[in-house]
Amino acid sequence: MESIILFAPLVGSLIAGFGWRYVSIRGAQWITTGLLFLACFLSWAVFLTHGPETQHIQIMRWIESGSLSTDWSIRLDRLTSIMLIVVTTVSSLVHLYSFGYMAHDENFKEGEESYRARFFAYLSFFTFAMLMLVTSDNLVQMFFGWEGVGVASYLLIGFYYRKPSANAAAMKAFVVNRVGDFGFALGIFALFMLTDSIKFDDIFAAVPQIAETQLHFLWGTWNAAEVAAILLFVGAMGKSAQLILHTWLPDAMEGPTPVSALIHAATMVTAGVFLVCRMSPLMEFAPSATAFITILGATTAFFAATVGLVQNDIKRVIAYSTCSQLGYMFVAAGVGVYSVAMFHLFTHAFFKAMLFLGAGSVIHGMHHEQDMRNYGGLRKKLPVTFWAMMLGTLAITGVGIPLTTIGFAGFLSKDAVIEAAFAGTNGGYAFWMLVIAALFTSFYSWRLMFLTFYGKPRGDHHTHEHAHESPMVMLIPLGVLALGAVFSGMLWYGSFFGKTDKVAEFFGVPYHNAAEAHADAGHGDDSHGAAKDDHADDGHGEAKADDGHGKAKDDHGGKPHYVLAGHPGEGAIFAGPDNDILNEAHYVPKWVKLSPFVAMLIGFGTAFWFYIVNPSIPAKLAESQRPLYNFLLNKWYFDEIYDFLFVQPSKAVGRFLWKFGDEAVIKGGLNGLAIGIVPFFTRLAGKAQSGYIFTYAFAMVIGIVVFITWMTLSGGAH
Amino acid sequence: MISADLNLILPEILLSVYAMGALVGAVYTGKDNLAGTLVWTTSAVFVALAVWIASSGTGAQSGFGGLLVNDGFARFAKVVILGSAAAVLLMSEGYMQRRGLLRFEFPLLIALSAVGMMIMVSATNLMTLYMGLELQSLALYVVASLRRDSAKSTEAGMKYFVLGALSSGLLLYGASLIYGYTGTTAFDGIIAAAKHGEVGLGLLLGLVLLISGLAFKVSAVPFHMWTPDVYEGSPTPVTAFFATAPKVAAMAMFARVMFDAFGQAVSDWSQVVALLSLLSMFLGAIAAIGQRDIKRLMAYSSIAHMGYALMGLASGTELGVQAMLIYMAIYVTMNVGTFAFILSMERDGQPVTDIDSLGMYSTREPAKALAMLVLLFSLAGVPPLVGFFGKFYVLRAAYEGGLAWLAVAGVIASVIGAFYYLRIVFFMYFGEEKDEVLDKGKSPVLTGFLLVSAFLMVAGVVNLFGIEAPAAAAAASLLQ
Amino acid sequence: MTVFAFYLFAIGVIAGGLFTVISRNPVHSVLWLILAFISSSGLFVLLGAEFVAMLLIIVYVGAVAVLFLFVVMMLDVDFAELKAGMAQHMPLALLIGLVLLMQLAFAFGAWDASHMASDQLVNPIPGDIQNTAALGLILYDQYFLLFQLAGLILLVAMIGAIVLTLRHRQDIKRQDILAQMYRDPAEAMELKDIKPGQGL
Repeated sequence: MESIILFAPLVGSLIAGFGWRYVSIRGAQWITTGLLFLACFLSWAVFLTHGPETQHIQIMRWIESGSLSTDWSIRLDRLTSIMLIVVTTVSSLVHLYSFGYMAHDENFKEGEESYRARFFAYLSFFTFAMLMLVTSDNLVQMFFGWEGVGVASYLLIGFYYRKPSANAAAMKAFVVNRVGDFGFALGIFALFMLTDSIKFDDIFAAVPQIAETQLHFLWGTWNAAEVAAILLFVGAMGKSAQLILHTWLPDAMEGPTPVSALIHAATMVTAGVFLVCRMSPLMEFAPSATAFITILGATTAFFAATVGLVQNDIKRVIAYSTCSQLGYMFVAAGVGVYSVAMFHLFTHAFFKAMLFLGAGSVIHGMHHEQDMRNYGGLRKKLPVTFWAMMLGTLAITGVGIPLTTIGFAGFLSKDAVIEAAFAGTNGGYAFWMLVIAALFTSFYSWRLMFLTFYGKPRGDHHTHEHAHESPMVMLIPLGVLALGAVFSGMLWYGSFFGKTDKVAEFFGVPYHNAAEAHADAGHGDDSHGAAKDDHADDGHGEAKADDGHGKAKDDHGGKPHYVLAGHPGEGAIFAGPDNDILNEAHYVPKWVKLSPFVAMLIGFGTAFWFYIVNPSIPAKLAESQRPLYNFLLNKWYFDEIYDFLFVQPSKAVGRFLWKFGDEAVIKGGLNGLAIGIVPFFTRLAGKAQSGYIFTYAFAMVIGIVVFITWMTLSGGAH
Repeated sequence: MISADLNLILPEILLSVYAMGALVGAVYTGKDNLAGTLVWTTSAVFVALAVWIASSGTGAQSGFGGLLVNDGFARFAKVVILGSAAAVLLMSEGYMQRRGLLRFEFPLLIALSAVGMMIMVSATNLMTLYMGLELQSLALYVVASLRRDSAKSTEAGMKYFVLGALSSGLLLYGASLIYGYTGTTAFDGIIAAAKHGEVGLGLLLGLVLLISGLAFKVSAVPFHMWTPDVYEGSPTPVTAFFATAPKVAAMAMFARVMFDAFGQAVSDWSQVVALLSLLSMFLGAIAAIGQRDIKRLMAYSSIAHMGYALMGLASGTELGVQAMLIYMAIYVTMNVGTFAFILSMERDGQPVTDIDSLGMYSTREPAKALAMLVLLFSLAGVPPLVGFFGKFYVLRAAYEGGLAWLAVAGVIASVIGAFYYLRIVFFMYFGEEKDEVLDKGKSPVLTGFLLVSAFLMVAGVVNLFGIEAPAAAAAASLLQ
Repeated sequence: MTVFAFYLFAIGVIAGGLFTVISRNPVHSVLWLILAFISSSGLFVLLGAEFVAMLLIIVYVGAVAVLFLFVVMMLDVDFAELKAGMAQHMPLALLIGLVLLMQLAFAFGAWDASHMASDQLVNPIPGDIQNTAALGLILYDQYFLLFQLAGLILLVAMIGAIVLTLRHRQDIKRQDILAQMYRDPAEAMELKDIKPGQGL
């Protein structure tokens, strides 16, 4: 079944890509979409029926080279099954949505170019690569998927290959990702060097030793675990568009909107978060690396939110929003609450995909107009899209009833992240950044809503008159995703961010009662070990309470205090022995729990005031704070700085190597040799071939004389 | 005693008897009408003898008081010689027939020449060597000028004859110097004499002259000058023959003399052979660039290829001999295919050898063009075709034999040489279409040889058809 | 005496060879060649190989050289023109020749045969047997193979000569004796009765 999930998209992609002439373009669309839905249903079946235990499904022997020996196999555990449903659900809905969105495209000649079959082939290929990534059982397989999604992303960003901006964006995405991939590859090399294996199981088992090892890297000697963790995170930074390597993501919006929804919001960009969660055993032994992840994630969340405040392109707003939300996930992972990172990844996939698809619906209805300043008052024209976007906005801004677990998906997961950040950093930098980012998130999301759907129609009159609601194939996916945006948080709150024992069971991680262990401390390690073995053995991590009935005397009342336990590699995620953030996050002060809600309200209020009550304020504010406005509008000048620091010098080096190295030295030299010297000798040889016997005989005699002379000179040594 | 000796050269005797019998028979019966039949029977005899030799015993038996030996090395060489001679003979029938050149003496001269080659490769005495060499050469002089009403053909035969006589003189002078130094012409006596005491200057001089004579036969630079003219002037089937079997024989004989007679002076002859190899590779590559005539081009190509084969020899090791044998076997296979193609190049029934005439050949005969492309790539040594492995072997042998500089030079020369092979490919696939196009190849024999040879170049990648093991055994038997 | 004779013949060989090359008249060249042959046969006599010496005289002087003479006299070849090319290559050729000569002098000046050479040398004239008989014994016994191979070589030479020169020209009339003998008057002749004054 798992193999079907994995290969159905590949089959669809091959058929659509190479066989569309035989099955017709429409057939190619249906086949890819049908196979994706099949994969989607199977994924849900796997997610709902499969227990949390780790399972290895071998597909084939893959690489045998020296001590490197690895299978191509599926690692099926909770992390994988979560990613499976996220990827296949969003992907199948996006396939369906694309029927409508890609129906007509003025970038291609209708009837002459098979751009639709190509588009669906790329989409399915991307899905296959993404599934390869999430099902990987070893680092190289993961890298294969990692690069596969990179290629698919490149192809899809540059789908409108006639547009120079699309090509530039595609190249930018590819090049920036190379930087990250270089780090990832180095991380793989480091782990292979340290453990002589690339299998996750072997690496996880060896993590405690790695943490004791010192590694010489660049200019200094470091802790091996820290180095490996940082290097892997560099890869994650590239793929997940974290600060420094984030510049490609906004530009990637050049691709068709379904692509933005699938790749650049819901799935591929979360691969970095997945990687960090997958490598949680390693991360737990690398405290400096996780601290770095936390700070960088928080900074990205804040940075992207600020930039999102002033963007006018509807897709760019959502793109920066994505960037920001990814920062949230990294903070959660950085403080060691991987389940919450996955929770936010999970819910974010639904509402962000929906926002993008909704935006796509607006763009489609508005004849490919993307500037929000030319929208306005569209809620009558696009009622279904409006309500879908509204649900998405409610979800992303985190609307819910405070201090309960009732609310939109984003409310639950984002609050969980913020609470974890508070617990993990003791109310430090990361927490405050996230709260401020939540405020901004609320502001720009509502700004988007108000600018698009409220107020008077602006911009081209003609366009507004012809604005129309999208066809049913585009609205159905919106509806399905809306369900996820509303309910996914409430349904799985317990599993991702509930009581520790619930989470442990969900992820198949052994756990034990810290209070009891504390009480039995006098007995030595026996009970500790027994509890672990007990749960490790029965695999399912059954929800049976510990039989110790220890009267816990912990800080939180008489309830048993469970903590995650087990060795690295047991279960889908791992938490170090001192990592109790998951528990502590539930006991943060009330004001912390309220803070994101308050931030959301402030953001909403401000946006309401700015864009509904008094629409002239934003312009005035922008005028009075011109430098700040420009700073934000130009995305903190990252692109300009990079252009100055990297792009121009690289171009200069390239020009130098081209003009001097290639043209002058290689072309000049080789051509000189090939066109000048060799033909000279050729002519010489031709001249020597006079046709006269005596010339030939003479040559022989000369040869003999030379040989004899040489022999007598060198033979004199004998 | 004598019967044991005669048993040793039974294949040679049978072939000679066959040639003489057929000669007498044909003279008194159908004469030239029988020529076609004789071509086929001679080929059949070649193949039968090759199979017999390949399957006959192991080990080395010396005979006629040490005049010759029948060992693994000789058997390997004989099988390749007979096989390639049979192939070329079969290919030549149609061509010679159409030009009215198919005399019944032609297959018999080839047969007698093959006898000479077989004697050459098993000779263990300078006298036997010379006899075999002359028997081989004389037959070749005759077939070179077979088209006697063509000035070019007679000129080719004449040049070959005069220069061949000069080279024979050199070889004999060298042999007499060696005799003067060692008091014997037997290889084991020479090596024994060299073992006692140092290698004298007289012996070295003799060695150089001997090498010069041998280098003429393998057309190594600077004793190569006859090759392009003779290749161009001779009838094309004769050229094909020149490029294959005699080269194998001369190269095998070269190796035997060097190792069996001068095994004590490896460092001395190795440097001379290395220089011959270097010059041959570069001259072959560079001079071929200027050629428009495909037969002259193949002449330079064979000069370059002999350079590579000599590189294996120059390493002076068992691996080197093995590499040389493998290289020669591959070279012969490639050349059979290539000449099958050249033989099929005709326009209005007249042979064409201008490479311009191949313009856009691929559009008219895609299969043959593709086969030729494979062969040319293989000749150029492009991986993963078999020709690459031949080069790889000799380069490795040279490197491990301490001749890294020669290996590097070989790589450079092969890069230069790739140009003219690829130029033919260029003409076939991208060249300008000529108004007068080549005839469609009608001969199934030629097409068959071409396709099979090309197929071998591709399929041999797997294990080179297991040629490594026999070549290694042959090399081991030479070095004992 | 033998020393004197040796030098006489040796100088004869060298001078004969030299003048064969440089003399202007081709007939003279052949005559000089004959002198070289005769001188070398004298050298053979000095070595005690009288059979080979006589063979040289009979075969080379008596047959080959005379044939050469005929060929040279009958062919109208402008040797002067052929030699014209020589002049421009002469300096280089002289240099090469000189170097070669020096090399040889160097080699022969310090000639030392292998220690084993004297053991390995076989005296071709064992005991009191005659030269001719001894050669025959060796040739048909020890070197039987080489003798046969020489025969094959001569066969190839014969075939070659025939193949390259024998022509069946179709455009000339040949005498076919068999055809003449089998001619039947009935077929060859036709009798006609011709009336006087009428003609055919």
